[in-house]
Amino acid sequence: MLDFVQQLVSGVALGCVYGLIALGFVLVYKATEVVNFAQGDLMMLGGFFAFTFIGMMGLNYWIGFAGAVAAMALFGMVAERVVVRPILGYPQFSIIMATIGLGYFLRSVAGMIWGTDDLKIETPFSQGVLRMGSLVLAYDKLSVIAATMILCTLLWLFFNKTTLGTAMRASSENMLAAYYMGIPVKRVVSVVWAISAAVATCAGVLLAPITFIHSNVGLVLGLKAFPAAVLGGFGSIPGAVVGGVLIGVIESMAGFYLPEGWKDVAPYVVLLTVLLLKPEGLFGLHVRKKV
Amino acid sequence: MRFLFKTDYEDDIKLFPHSGYVVSYGILLALLLIAPYVLSSYLMSQLVFVCIYAIVGVALLILTGFTGQASLGHAAFLAIGAYTAAYLQTYNVPFPVYFLAAGLLTGIIGAMVGFPALRLTGIYLVIATISFALIVEEILARWESVTHGNEGMRVKTLSLLGVTVPRDSPTFYYLCLAVLVLTIVGTLNLLRSPTGRAFVAIRDSETAARSMGVNVALYKVKSFAISAAITGFAGVLFAHKLSFISPEMFTLQLSIEFIIVILIGGTFSLHGAVLGAIFIVMIDPFLTYLKDDMPGIIAGIAATFGASPATAGSIQSSVAAFASLNGLKGAIYGIIIVLFVLFEPLGLYGRWLKIKLFFQLFPLYKRATFKRQKIYVKSERNR
Repeated sequence: MLDFVQQLVSGVALGCVYGLIALGFVLVYKATEVVNFAQGDLMMLGGFFAFTFIGMMGLNYWIGFAGAVAAMALFGMVAERVVVRPILGYPQFSIIMATIGLGYFLRSVAGMIWGTDDLKIETPFSQGVLRMGSLVLAYDKLSVIAATMILCTLLWLFFNKTTLGTAMRASSENMLAAYYMGIPVKRVVSVVWAISAAVATCAGVLLAPITFIHSNVGLVLGLKAFPAAVLGGFGSIPGAVVGGVLIGVIESMAGFYLPEGWKDVAPYVVLLTVLLLKPEGLFGLHVRKKV
Repeated sequence: MRFLFKTDYEDDIKLFPHSGYVVSYGILLALLLIAPYVLSSYLMSQLVFVCIYAIVGVALLILTGFTGQASLGHAAFLAIGAYTAAYLQTYNVPFPVYFLAAGLLTGIIGAMVGFPALRLTGIYLVIATISFALIVEEILARWESVTHGNEGMRVKTLSLLGVTVPRDSPTFYYLCLAVLVLTIVGTLNLLRSPTGRAFVAIRDSETAARSMGVNVALYKVKSFAISAAITGFAGVLFAHKLSFISPEMFTLQLSIEFIIVILIGGTFSLHGAVLGAIFIVMIDPFLTYLKDDMPGIIAGIAATFGASPATAGSIQSSVAAFASLNGLKGAIYGIIIVLFVLFEPLGLYGRWLKIKLFFQLFPLYKRATFKRQKIYVKSERNR
């Protein structure tokens, strides 16, 4: 039983990271119908920025964290302006390819700048555990869970209570109509990219004590975050986090209870099964086709 | 400019619309046939890879270009073909048998992937195919009694009708070329048949195709099966060319490379597969060439513009250091993909068509002829 709870908590913590990356996918997809295959790489880059600020320049953890988030938000806007905006409105296939290309580029450049070693960031949560009876929970995992909850609440409030959030929801429904209503759609899209890069950075920095940062971490985790986003229906913010947690728990349970090899495959097996039964994901909207 | 005057439907679906095609493709084929006697053995080896990549490119074009179903899982089909060949070889099965068996098995698995894919569109389909590929990769690594796991499998030299065909011999090249030509001609015939027309109809509008009486489910599965089977054939050749296969050769990276092949070549014509394959295979030697010679050339240019020998030397060494950075190749790959999507969405073959039309219509060519329409309403989600 104790093992089960232990696995459950570490699965939820891992799942929150997947959820945070998936959240980035969903934000961008909702606003622009672009599936950003470079989302994991944005996370990786965010982690490297944080490492530069904290590990190399010796800044305070929180200042470094905020600096990395700000830098990545700016980077997200630049990436949107250069790569995505010219091809908005074209078929999805070409946009997917463009973001795959962007991902390739970021991975290689990060490898060139920061090398290929695993890097580690010293965080206030790196050491220490929370003991509850005989249950031992590491602070770094708990911090991930807490941060995910805070971020989700903030994003939910932002989308539902602020004018900018409403504008984003409007342009995600129909870009042209939103434009006619006086919403500056281009600026909205840029802000969405900034937010999604910032969320990815949070994921990267929180993850740093758990898996370390290296140039391929984005690819590996990004591929896990896809099933999370799809399970959640690719269009729903709570869905992304729930999907992420599900994938994380499935993975850690499969690693513990099933024979070796299942750990990496189980999320995809579950994903294929769900897609077979419910092609729009667990929380997706079912839209009727128009001719 | 040549005007084709079509008087009936047969004219519209001719394999060679006019005699110019026969002449130009005849010359191309003749050049390819004498290639082994002219080119160096390294280039020949690259040419074999071009053939293999082009076969996969054609397969992917049938599925993605003509049926409109994206797939990022073709490395898995290639792997299944390659492993079938390697496994059957250990039982001394002759080449023609395991060649066909690999295609058949891959085709059946392709159809099995096609069934769940029936209900999926767009991004869901892409992710389902990625999942499939990752699962296959893991199975290959774990099913040690058949695949030898991560140790990989050695593939014996190909023997065809009692003659051994080493992997770098001209005969092996001719074999790959023959498979490629057969694939292309077969695909062209397929595309002019009712099946091919149904594929294109599904790509353009699934609902419209259905209301015209096309059995969408059946043709999608067919498209998956045919595409997978062709990739399986390519897998056998791939295994023989490499003579050693292991699971880490068939990663997502390879699937992405195949997509890049058709993206760079052009997704609307079979020419695209071949042009894209040439591009992706030849970029490696080209980058190596740049890496070796570029520092010297740049230093030479600097020297002609009046840089002192010491500055030129330091420029040369710093350029050389930059060129040998790890991962430069990946960065260049990424830039190429992005640039193609942004500026040449129709690919290399599209560029060729534009150049051709420019001279045909000179001076009346308009850039807008090839401009694609942008759609800002939420097309994909509500389609």
